[in-house]
Formats: sequence, C-alpha cells, structure tokens
Amino acid sequence: MGTIQPKLSEPVSDELALVQAAKGGEVAAFEELVKRYDRNVFRIAQHITQNREDAEDVVQDAFLKAYQNLGQFQGQSKFYTWLVRIAVNEALMKLRRRRPERMVSLDEDVKTEDDSVPREVADWSPNPEQLYTQSELHDILTRTIQGLPPSFRTVFVLRDVEGLSTEEAAEALDLSIPAVKSRLLRARLQLRERLSRYFQKRNVGGDGTQ
Amino acid sequence: MKCSEFLQELTNYLDGILDARTRAELEDHLAWCHNCYVVCDTTKKTIEIYRDSQLYELPEDLRGRLRSAIMAKCQKKKAGPEPV
Repeated sequence: MGTIQPKLSEPVSDELALVQAAKGGEVAAFEELVKRYDRNVFRIAQHITQNREDAEDVVQDAFLKAYQNLGQFQGQSKFYTWLVRIAVNEALMKLRRRRPERMVSLDEDVKTEDDSVPREVADWSPNPEQLYTQSELHDILTRTIQGLPPSFRTVFVLRDVEGLSTEEAAEALDLSIPAVKSRLLRARLQLRERLSRYFQKRNVGGDGTQ
Repeated sequence: MKCSEFLQELTNYLDGILDARTRAELEDHLAWCHNCYVVCDTTKKTIEIYRDSQLYELPEDLRGRLRSAIMAKCQKKKAGPEPV
C-alpha cells in the first residue's frame, strides 16, 4: 500500500524578491503574492469558519494585515506559512465571535469517546466518488468535515488539503509537532469513520438490489 | 506489532516517514490483519478524496472583487515595520 503523494507546490524562488519589492512600496509585487495565495487562504478560511461571508472577510483582513506588517516578516519561514498563520488567527477570531458560547481554541486537546478506535472496518467501494453526483459528494464531504472540532479540521486542512509539512503546520498554528501529529491522526480517523457510512461496499442481495 | 501500535504509526506510515524497520513490521501486520488493512486503505482514500475534492474553490468573479478590495485598502496603507 503506497503512501500519500504530496501535492506539488509552486516554485517559491522569486518569492523573497516579491516580498522585498512589496516592502519597498511596490504594490504590484504584493498583488502578485495575493494572486498566488488567495485561493488557498479562501479555502482555509472557509474550512475554519464554515461561513462564506466570514471567509471573504478573512481573505481581505489577512492580506491587509500581512501587507501592513511586511516589515515584521523576517524571511526565516516561507511567506506562505507566515500568511497562513495570520489567516488562521483571523478565521478563529471570526469563529469565536459567531459562537461565543463555545470556546474555540487550537490548544484544546479535544477528547471524544474512543475517537481513535476504528469501529467501521468494512471495505469501501473501489471508486467511492462514483457512487454520488459531484454536488452530493461535496455535500457529504462538507457535512463530514464540519462535524470535526475546529482544532482537528484546521490541522487536517493545512496538512492534507493544502499540503503543508508537519513543521510548517506547527509553525502556522503555534502548536508543537507532537500536537499536530496527534490531531492529524485523530482527524483522519474520525473523517474515515464518518465517510465509511457513505462509501462502504454494500452487500448485493440475492435479488440484485443493494 | 499489535493493532494499537499500528494505529499509532499510521500517520507516519501514510506520510512515508517511517524508518525501514518499523515500516517492515507495519507492512507485515497489514499482510495478515484485514481490519487494519481496511483502516489503512480507507484512511488513505479519505485523504485523497478531500485533497482532490476542490471543496471551496474561489469563484473567479468573487476572486476579482476580493483582490480589488484588498489592493484598494493596501493603496491607502503603507507597508512598513510599524505593528498594527
């Protein structure tokens, strides 16, 4: 069984030059950075806030904050990791405002009952995506990931959807590497468990119905 | 290797960062433990489905509007070292 192939990331060799130019007042250079990462920031924001308007606000606020604070960016990490850190903080603030009754924190080590013990061990259909239409599939995936605690889905999105390394995710979320790994394992297992209800192989009955 | 030990190593295995010996022990476990094989296979599929799903793609018209708004705000502010 093979391992997960990482997403190919775009070359970043010219990135520092763009950041330097933007620091020097070239707005066009910053616009190039916006174009490069706006889709990623939007996806992350929407995954965390689960709200379209909030995600739009987060994209604007995160880029503006990055622009105003470019002087603080030392170039020790990738610009993207630094930007993600800003965007995650903005998104969490939105979430806290919307759900003041629930404390939302990345530090919470959410314990749910036996969340790491697999219960569904039925095999999946060979091509689970083909069991549903594109919009049904999106609905299933959205509802499933919404059910995860924010601290789990944020780690899953950064690592498995956006392709950040464990070290980059830890830096962006201000978490330790073991904390990122622990949340990632539990997020992956919980998502798998919930998706199994939709994708598991059905036993075909004698009359040919499923 | 026990099933619980396999689970602890699952994330490192899927990320391809296990040392050769642990990897061999894990694959030996997968060869005879069907439940763990299914958990491993379906966890891998879970990751692939989300990664390939194009969930929350930014529509081009919204993208244009957002970029205009961002750049208009940036024009008014000066990039610099002062904290917000």
